[in-house]
Amino acid sequence: MKWDWSAVSDFMPHFWDGLLVTLQILVLGSLVSFGLGLVWALLMRVPSRWVTWPIGVVTEFVRNTPLLVQLFFLFYVLPEWNITFSALTTGVVAIGLHYSTYTMQVYRAGIEGVPVGQWEAATALNLPLRRTWTAIILPQAIRRVVPALGNYVISMLKDTPLLMAITVLEMLGEARLFSQQNFQFTEPLTVIGVAFIIISYLASLALRALERRLVH
Amino acid sequence: MTSGLWELVLQGVWVTVQLLFFSSLLATAVSFVVGIARTHRLWIVRFLAGFYTEVFRGTSALVMIFWVFFVLPPAFGWQLVPMWAGTLALGLTYGAYGSEIVRGALAAVDPAQKEGGIALSFTPWQRMKLILLPQAVPEMIPPFSNLLIELLKGTALVSIMGMGDLAFSGNLVRLALQESAEIYTYILLIYFVIAFLLTRVMRGLEKKLKAGVGKAPKKKTAAVRVPEGSGVS
Repeated sequence: MKWDWSAVSDFMPHFWDGLLVTLQILVLGSLVSFGLGLVWALLMRVPSRWVTWPIGVVTEFVRNTPLLVQLFFLFYVLPEWNITFSALTTGVVAIGLHYSTYTMQVYRAGIEGVPVGQWEAATALNLPLRRTWTAIILPQAIRRVVPALGNYVISMLKDTPLLMAITVLEMLGEARLFSQQNFQFTEPLTVIGVAFIIISYLASLALRALERRLVH
Repeated sequence: MTSGLWELVLQGVWVTVQLLFFSSLLATAVSFVVGIARTHRLWIVRFLAGFYTEVFRGTSALVMIFWVFFVLPPAFGWQLVPMWAGTLALGLTYGAYGSEIVRGALAAVDPAQKEGGIALSFTPWQRMKLILLPQAVPEMIPPFSNLLIELLKGTALVSIMGMGDLAFSGNLVRLALQESAEIYTYILLIYFVIAFLLTRVMRGLEKKLKAGVGKAPKKKTAAVRVPEGSGVS
């Protein structure tokens, strides 16, 4: 096995560019998935089958089909409908949508985990529905689901390389480009592999610390 | 769509199913070997198994696939057939997730069961085979079912390496027709149907295994993805 350190140092500038894009996808994708997931979770509580049934079917469908094909769908089909986004935006939307179907279940569990007494107290105080949700239920529900949401952020990190398939130059895209230009595959791919392990390990340590702080 | 293009899609389905079958076999084997190794009495065995899990769970499945396709051949002087390269990458990655399921289910067996085995002077292997596994395996089925769906979704990644699976056949049809909405809708639907069938089969398996230890499956299991950070669920 030949290992060439000069290839590593040549690759590093590209690596930092890629890392920046990866983190950008991760942050934006997380925000989209946290927001959309909450919307799905709240809509699933609307007491009407006409709302819950379609949302249940669509989210189940999105959760059980590959993110890669969903990416292709958005990337190739939306322009046919005259909606054009940059590849990065498409990727963020796809990854955020995909993960929102997971986070919605997390929120659901969190909302169901709020003790019944809290609902009853809100009713006893005659709080309007809106205020019950924003002041009583959601603050307690979200607090207990933060660790679970963090898990999905780590999962999402490991799905960001898929955006390479729709021409986004994140870490893996940069590594592939560099490999094809210089015919050196081993070094860049190993560098980003190790980078993924380090980032996700650090993230899981941070998450554990956060969990200890939140759960008492 | 013409029948020729449908034939292409069917070939893709066949490749996806084959890949899913082989990689789920490898992933199951890895899950049990590594998961059981994590309960071993020697610390070095536990450490190595834990290290394996952290490394393979830490990296992305797609990076792993690239690594197996591009780094292994020059490094070791042999090249794998794409099917086996895909199987290896997916099996090793998802096996690492599965090993957490096995470890968790083993740890969840009532400690009195293990102590009973010690009191009866069973060897560690007998305890595992006769006491722990029969009780732990039925509990593993629902999380394994979720992992199997994740693996099915993961098989689409090999299309990036040019393997002719279902996602790849979708791309070919798109190029042939110059039109993407229809074909990608079909491809997504096919994946959904496969996932649905797999969930059904796993439900049946769970029912059968739980009946074997005198339990009934829980009424409803939410499809929650396998937790990532250890200790967090």
